[in-house]
Amino acid sequence: MTPSEPLTADPADPTLPTLGAESGDPAPASGVARILRFTRAERALHWATAVLVLTCAATGMILYVGELSALVGRREVLKTIHVYAGLALPVPLLLAYAGRWRAAVRRDVRSLARWSPADTTWLRSFGRRAADQVGKFNAGQKANAAFVAGLIPVMLATGSIMRWFEPFPLPWRTGATFVHDWTAIATWVVVTGHILVALSKPASLRAMVTGRMSRRWAQRHHPRWAEEASPG
Amino acid sequence: MDQPPSEGERRERSEAGAPVGRRIVLSMLGLGAVGVVAGDQIQATLEEVLRPVTENDPTGLTSLAPTAGRFRIYTVVNPMPERSETDYRLTVDGMVDTPLTLSLADLRDRPPTELVRDFQCVTGWRVPEVHWTGVLLRDLLDEAGVASGATHLRLWSFDGAYTESLTLEQARRDDVMAAYEMLDGPVSREHGGPVRLYVAPMYGYKSLKWLERIEVVDDLTPGYWEMRGYDIDAWVGDSNGRDDDPI
Repeated sequence: MTPSEPLTADPADPTLPTLGAESGDPAPASGVARILRFTRAERALHWATAVLVLTCAATGMILYVGELSALVGRREVLKTIHVYAGLALPVPLLLAYAGRWRAAVRRDVRSLARWSPADTTWLRSFGRRAADQVGKFNAGQKANAAFVAGLIPVMLATGSIMRWFEPFPLPWRTGATFVHDWTAIATWVVVTGHILVALSKPASLRAMVTGRMSRRWAQRHHPRWAEEASPG
Repeated sequence: MDQPPSEGERRERSEAGAPVGRRIVLSMLGLGAVGVVAGDQIQATLEEVLRPVTENDPTGLTSLAPTAGRFRIYTVVNPMPERSETDYRLTVDGMVDTPLTLSLADLRDRPPTELVRDFQCVTGWRVPEVHWTGVLLRDLLDEAGVASGATHLRLWSFDGAYTESLTLEQARRDDVMAAYEMLDGPVSREHGGPVRLYVAPMYGYKSLKWLERIEVVDDLTPGYWEMRGYDIDAWVGDSNGRDDDPI
């Protein structure tokens, strides 16, 4: 950054790029109509959380699986990385709610949290039925988001009891380990599924990288959202 | 509701939808809280029920489940140390009349002691009824002859990092040994072979792996985890904030 550039974007100046306000950006000249799916703040939230979850999952697996523990060693370092990555887990979400960019985050959280009857139909038929009812997020994406939202406080609380066990009633340490272990196994299953689905749907993955999605893909997979979404 | 909802109301409600996301999150929090409070009991019950399954599982996959009553392999260095049975030597020195240097064969020549006792980790897992064979520390200390004024042992691992401490009184118990067999075979590399410490009445971190040196001293130097906050006297059920039944 050169000294002439402002440290923060001035909201009054429309020529400056601002976090989470990309809908005003000019559409790309490629000819394919693309619509804004995720703001920069939302993508930052997703990828920061992803890096932290994967760090916790990788270090946690090494600490947990004896064969890997024996192979890697360095228990003290791994524990430290695991604990700090875990403590940082809620930080991206808190930051996402901390600025002017929160409007888009809040809107998406709201549509992730609400389930229509069509969502249930969609989920039960593995996406074969009620596909014309899907809005910005399908039921699989909603389930994944809810799981991660529950995962963070559960792992944070049980991990903290494991790490700072002194003030807690005595059997809680075993109980916290028990919950932490099983939730970790569930996380491995869900995160692996999430990554496999993302790789099999490159357009959705690209939207989480670039923020934009082609209108055609949106019309096919998120028809009710495509109706209302404005061009990127 | 007496009257059917109007078209507009119905549309609005279906767009809003049920708060399933919140229900999922709250369910996870509830289950988590129950698990923390009751997990101790649930785990014990599950272990009891599942033991026949995990013991007869040829794939070994079920032993990865958090309930399996299995050993978890902890090592503080990388790579895990390795010493062949022929190269192995155990030194007993410090405040002794006759320092000892013993090969594995020398240890096997001495009167063996067998124990069948649980191995309990301070983090909550426990492997029931492990079979141990080794030489009591008391026998080694008597052979070397402890000088007057000595009060403690400093125990060294050949991993180059891990150390432990015991008082002489603790070391002289009849359930504290230098073990060369566990789980019905030689102590494997990952379990701290060829020779490890086994301190039956204390949590697992006292049972130092890859035992190389027993130094008799007259002061206390806390061991590896003890410098990082663990109790020095690690009696099972009576330390580290725990009161579970002693084994």
